Amino acid sequence: MANYNLRINGNDYNVDVEDDTPLLWVLRDHIGLVGTKYSCGIAQCGACTVHVNGEAAFSCTLPVSSIGSDEITTIEGLSSEGDHPVQKAWDEVDTAQCGYCQAGQIMTAAAFLRKNPEPSMEEIENAMNRNLCRCGTYHKIREAVALAAKLK
Amino acid sequence: MANLTKTNRRDFLKIAATASGGLFIGFYWSGCDSPKMKVLTNEEILLNAHNFNSYLSISPTGDVVIYSPNPELGQNILTSFPMVVAEELDADWQKVRVIQANLDVEKYERQLTGGSGAMPHSWERLRKAGATARHLLVAAAATKMNVDASTLSTSNGEVIHKESGKKMGYGELVTDASKLTAPEEVALKDPKDFKIIGTPVKNVENKNMFTGKPLYGLDFYREGMLHAMIQRPPFGMKIKSVDDAAARAISGVTEVVTFKNNVAVVGKSTWPLMKAKKLLKIEYEPDGVVESTFDHDRLFAELLNGKTAEVKRKDGDVDAAFKKAAQVITSEYQCPFLSHSPMEPQNFFAHVQGDKVELVGPTQTPDRARNDTAQLLGILPENITVQITRLGGGFGRRLRADFVTEAAELSKMMNAPIKLTWSREDDMTGGAYRPAVRYRFQAALDESGNMIGYKLRGVGINAGNSTRENNFPSGAVENVLIESVEHKSAITTNAWRAPITNFLAYAEQSFLDEVALAAKKDPVQFRLDLLAKAKASPVGELQYDVDRMIGVIKMAAEKSNWGKDANVMQGFSVYFSHRSYVAQVANIEMENNQPVLKKIVAATDCGIVVNPTGANHQVRGGIVDGMGHAMYGNLTFENGLPKQKNFDTYRLIRMKEVPEIDVHYVQNGIDPTGLGEPALPPTGGAVANAIFKATGRRLRSQPFIEQKEFSDIKLQIKRA
Repeated sequence: MANYNLRINGNDYNVDVEDDTPLLWVLRDHIGLVGTKYSCGIAQCGACTVHVNGEAAFSCTLPVSSIGSDEITTIEGLSSEGDHPVQKAWDEVDTAQCGYCQAGQIMTAAAFLRKNPEPSMEEIENAMNRNLCRCGTYHKIREAVALAAKLK
Repeated sequence: MANLTKTNRRDFLKIAATASGGLFIGFYWSGCDSPKMKVLTNEEILLNAHNFNSYLSISPTGDVVIYSPNPELGQNILTSFPMVVAEELDADWQKVRVIQANLDVEKYERQLTGGSGAMPHSWERLRKAGATARHLLVAAAATKMNVDASTLSTSNGEVIHKESGKKMGYGELVTDASKLTAPEEVALKDPKDFKIIGTPVKNVENKNMFTGKPLYGLDFYREGMLHAMIQRPPFGMKIKSVDDAAARAISGVTEVVTFKNNVAVVGKSTWPLMKAKKLLKIEYEPDGVVESTFDHDRLFAELLNGKTAEVKRKDGDVDAAFKKAAQVITSEYQCPFLSHSPMEPQNFFAHVQGDKVELVGPTQTPDRARNDTAQLLGILPENITVQITRLGGGFGRRLRADFVTEAAELSKMMNAPIKLTWSREDDMTGGAYRPAVRYRFQAALDESGNMIGYKLRGVGINAGNSTRENNFPSGAVENVLIESVEHKSAITTNAWRAPITNFLAYAEQSFLDEVALAAKKDPVQFRLDLLAKAKASPVGELQYDVDRMIGVIKMAAEKSNWGKDANVMQGFSVYFSHRSYVAQVANIEMENNQPVLKKIVAATDCGIVVNPTGANHQVRGGIVDGMGHAMYGNLTFENGLPKQKNFDTYRLIRMKEVPEIDVHYVQNGIDPTGLGEPALPPTGGAVANAIFKATGRRLRSQPFIEQKEFSDIKLQIKRA
């Protein structure tokens, strides 16, 4: 067990966990931020995507010991009122079916658009291809990312 | 363990259960929070609300609370059920709040998600629930305004007296209205007057889903609960010995327990259990027949040629028809096992206290969860409550209750509230799969290319009846023999979205393409000719509506410009399943001499479309699902254990692998006939037939990517 100070969504948290505990489980089991989802646990599906210093990262394979002073943003902290352009676009397009993967999709899209504010459809597809959606909402996700780029 | 400095964990994890049961779904995105008007909490609304029936309460503030009984797994029932009630109520949709009801067998019938049946089953009773309350509100207004009820109309949450211009909100009337006796019969709207049904109402959970609120079973936490994970045996094996020393040594593991051929690790959080489970040293030994995929291939060949099969349907004299045939076409099609793999792995919360049990989690069948738990523990079902969370997908896997009873059993053993979590690997290796099946089709053609005989034998592993004997083309052919053979295996199977038809449709529609080619007929015209015969002189029993099937075929042909562009290689497929009809055309174009799958056009007849956004999701999602599994899905076994254990080896379709999908509906005004599954079955056939048209390669097994006929085609998928 070790003690970690973590900076998440602009707040400070202190947790006692094993060094190898993935950030995903620190968020879910120890801090109560359950918007970040568990699905594969091996960085294959993207449901657990968070931002580490603004970059999209798979939290399921990110040991807490590697975080240090990095700024973590989860879906709960993407915006204060749920009004980030990507969240607004997701609502406008009515993107979800079961919705389980969508927090990860939104986090991937938000990090991508920060770096590439005016993407082509091909760039959108390349960026979003790392996130799985078992319900098959890919058409809507693509549309929502394109709309989010316009909303900014 | 956790030392929280900023947030209170309890606040994050609170899921508001209401006094009358159920989970509130707050869905205000923005705009309703006017500083002038205080927005009431859900509890405040319910406190004074008057209950009209199982589906509906209205508060004196005019807020409308609609209970949605069926589990929501992405089919959008939590939005579309309330839309139907609100429509007949003439409610102001902005004032509607939705509650996911708990299991309540007194109030609700068929409180389950499966078989694309929720809307067809509930359509009329939802409408009546809204219409009855509307009737009572109008009656109360008539008394208050001292006018005849027939002079009143309703709109947007108000009763209106047109002559005087007087209006009363439902909130003002609800106290009086709720004291009146409900009429035995009530008039329903003419569908042409629908204002909410048929409009793209947004998913009521958007805000919660897109801001990361706790909605799903895995998001449920309870103070003092223990986490548990289970190592299950390979199929056909039993535990010989368990060495759990290394697992117990992991910090955070409080207990390791062996029960019913399982080894459970229990602790205070999830990660230590994932580590501990990997350190379990369990020796297994055979407990009956231990099977591998290799055995199944041999078995299929044996059983297809075997003497015994269950005759499911027999029309005319098949032997005579095949004897006099000018041409006989024979073809075999095979599919592998598939995992359901919902994005949220199986999980459930159970708290057994004496003869009372609290169950919370994602289930498609809350009633089965309750009954199986009652049976396991030897207690009365009435002593068990089931709170239904949102489901992170289901695809049929959550029709079972194995993960529920495991949680209940552990809760009893540990004498503590238990949250059982299956890892992804557990979810993929823990069973209940789409069964592997092989079909042999035979068609007899006369000299003019008419199909005079049709034979199908299906062999499945724990597939039950692997045919749909009364489905097309039965009824359109004089001489038919449909047989099924089931092999019983230790490998568990279960309904998988569009059970049986998820593969049968592909096989049959590919085979009919082969027959049309042999008969030198256009594939669309070939099907229409058969249906014309089924309509004019049906042979035996038909379970499909010939006109509805013709309707979607013609619409798909028209919308896809079937056969009109020589540069577009098209594949056709049509299927009836779960009361609805879907025809699809896949378009392949050649670019630099290589086939590019660009588009799938779908024509659907599901009756009235309640919510076009939700319907498009089901059609597109079904097509993506059908195509993804036809192309990539493959679960193989070695000594009773799946070789694929996670998404690195079990391939699911991704964004760059889906073509454009063009969706159309037949507008016939009939009551909704369901749409959760019917768009999936036709897809594999449409794609395979287009691939044949473009390349001359006939794909007879799934997944396509593992067939040698497919390997050098280099099919690309691109959206226009």
